[in-house]
Amino acid sequence: MPIPKAKKLEMLRSLLLARRFEEALTELCQIEGKIPGMMILCTGQEAVGAGVCAALQPQDAIISNHRSHSHLLAKGADPKALMAEIFGKRTGCNKGKSGTLHLAVPEVNAPCTTTVVGGGPPIAVGRAFAQQYRQEKAVTVCFIGDGATNEGSFHEALNLASLWALPVIFVCENNLYAGAQRFEEHTRAPNIADRAAGYAMPGVVVDGNDALAVYTSASEARARAVAGEGPTLIEYKTYRWRGHGESDLQLYQPKEEIAAWQATCPIPKLRAEMLAQGLIGAEALQAMESDIAAIVQEAIRFAEESPYPEPHEALEDVFA
Amino acid sequence: MSKLTMVQALNLALRQEMAKDDRVIVLGEDVGRDGGVFRVTEGLIDEFGEERVLDTPLAEAGIVGMSIGMAVNGLRPVCEIQFSGFTYQAFHQIESHAARMRWRTQGRLPVPMVLRAPYGGGVRALEHHSESREVYYAHTPGLKMVIPSGPRNARALLVSAIRDPDPVIFYEPKAVYRAYREEVPEEEETLPLGRSQVAREGGDITLIAYGAMVRPALEAAQRLEEENGVQAEVIDLLTLAPLDDSLFTASARKTGRVLVVHEAPRSFGPGAEIVTRLVEQSFYHLEAPIRRVTGYDIVIPLFAREKSYLPHTQRILKAAREVLETVA
Ligand SMILES: Cc1ncc(C[n+]2csc(CCOP(=O)(O)OP(=O)(O)O)c2C)c(N)n1
Repeated sequence: MPIPKAKKLEMLRSLLLARRFEEALTELCQIEGKIPGMMILCTGQEAVGAGVCAALQPQDAIISNHRSHSHLLAKGADPKALMAEIFGKRTGCNKGKSGTLHLAVPEVNAPCTTTVVGGGPPIAVGRAFAQQYRQEKAVTVCFIGDGATNEGSFHEALNLASLWALPVIFVCENNLYAGAQRFEEHTRAPNIADRAAGYAMPGVVVDGNDALAVYTSASEARARAVAGEGPTLIEYKTYRWRGHGESDLQLYQPKEEIAAWQATCPIPKLRAEMLAQGLIGAEALQAMESDIAAIVQEAIRFAEESPYPEPHEALEDVFA
Repeated sequence: MSKLTMVQALNLALRQEMAKDDRVIVLGEDVGRDGGVFRVTEGLIDEFGEERVLDTPLAEAGIVGMSIGMAVNGLRPVCEIQFSGFTYQAFHQIESHAARMRWRTQGRLPVPMVLRAPYGGGVRALEHHSESREVYYAHTPGLKMVIPSGPRNARALLVSAIRDPDPVIFYEPKAVYRAYREEVPEEEETLPLGRSQVAREGGDITLIAYGAMVRPALEAAQRLEEENGVQAEVIDLLTLAPLDDSLFTASARKTGRVLVVHEAPRSFGPGAEIVTRLVEQSFYHLEAPIRRVTGYDIVIPLFAREKSYLPHTQRILKAAREVLETVA
């Protein structure tokens, strides 16, 4: 099936927004005291979030992990509310309680991102069960890293989803590293997708830096899921350009390896293709870029000018 | 003697115990080549090789379960969980197996293992990376729960924990990891588990603390002396379970006034047990109600509000003065 032009434009925009958003964060978190705690970026991997979310409908849900910025932006979360949350401000999407690691935006059906590695998959299965039970034509996507597939909860979740043919798409972003550990140092199987066989569900390997391939594979998995045919495990091969977090010196990532993957950056790839096919012109592209730059600037301004939560607000929302 | 941070002191303990006893195995996520999130295991893999320093996949239940299996078959595993908040992934192994094997087998299967994890606030990181839930393990019969407060006692306690015949949950106050240096002797030094210490002597009020809270308690004691002419005694618990109540109940009988400090949430926190022991053993000597300065009954808040959550010198001082001013 040919991919509609509007979808391609949506993906290009998502890619650029996530990239510019994180480029700003890269700079901001170097300023002492500006942003709390850890800063975990998905730079280089944005095609997964962009492509998968373009294949989804608003009623579909995503459960994300610690590397969530591109997922949430592509799902339609408000960049201002995200930025303010990352700053720990009370105007953030979680009133400054979650920071970057537990960003939750239920309004766009992104109810949970969790930094607890392996925490997401069973929750996604439950979400999908509820969708099936309520006969919604919807799916739940669970984003996880390659390292997360070694947690027991991942395997429990795959089995549960398979057993009850639930509408889940397990999306594994294999960015070659889990912390400082290379993929082949933590897993013998050549592909994460191979694990699907043990749970009698399709497991597919896709180029995670090709937004269009991501879109197509996610669309197929979605179609299967809403048709009641059950879950799919998709492994997107991609690469983490930056360290695990921004304080990581990346001593274990060879410079040539980073450079080689940067050469496969998803943005120029899609951009060049769209320019060549006349799906976007140089001027429109420029307009898109400046529009996104303005959105990011506005998000930063909003975050900076917003107040921190009052101390007593930390005591709120413990119970109903 | 050299002046070491707590991170270096813990590293020294591991290095020396590994050199001495080839049953000691270190395992965990990124503990090998990377040297651990906080660098506690740095260099061990170079010295002792991949057979004894295992870089595991992300699998906390697997790491702890494997440690149990090793321990019941003659090894002395020391596993690291990157943050105490991620020990929950392994809770079933800790609670259902590590803690119970000796009892179940009438002593035939002891579990000599150590689970190390950094705990507590002060690094402005979210939730699991900053919390203080030691009471889960202190509450579990069969586990020892040890929490050092400074470089020197951290080294000595870790050596004892590794040699201990029972499972030890060893929580390291990450706020103290690099906060200051202390003389740590190169030659072997141990401290008995299950014993508290007097960190500062005084006869007017007793401050009971452990881990990262010992420093603010000592600072508060110093200021009470300077500003109020009051001598505070500070008790450093060092081990939460089994709890050594001998020193603090004796101290309470001497001072009649007690303040308990912990960063763990307040309700059912370690303070609840401590105060109960005081009531049981020192009640007739108390001259004022016991007070607690603790975390709140919430998830530790992020960043901007972490400081309001964590007990700090000012909060301790204020509460101590209230206790001192109370006339029975
Ligand atoms: C249960 C748990 N264990 C350990 C950690 C610390 N940690 C956070 S992310 C991470 C690596 C995750 O690797 P992967 O799943 O491959 O995702 P990536 O970071 O590569 O996106 C680790 C070890 C955690 N957050 N949760």
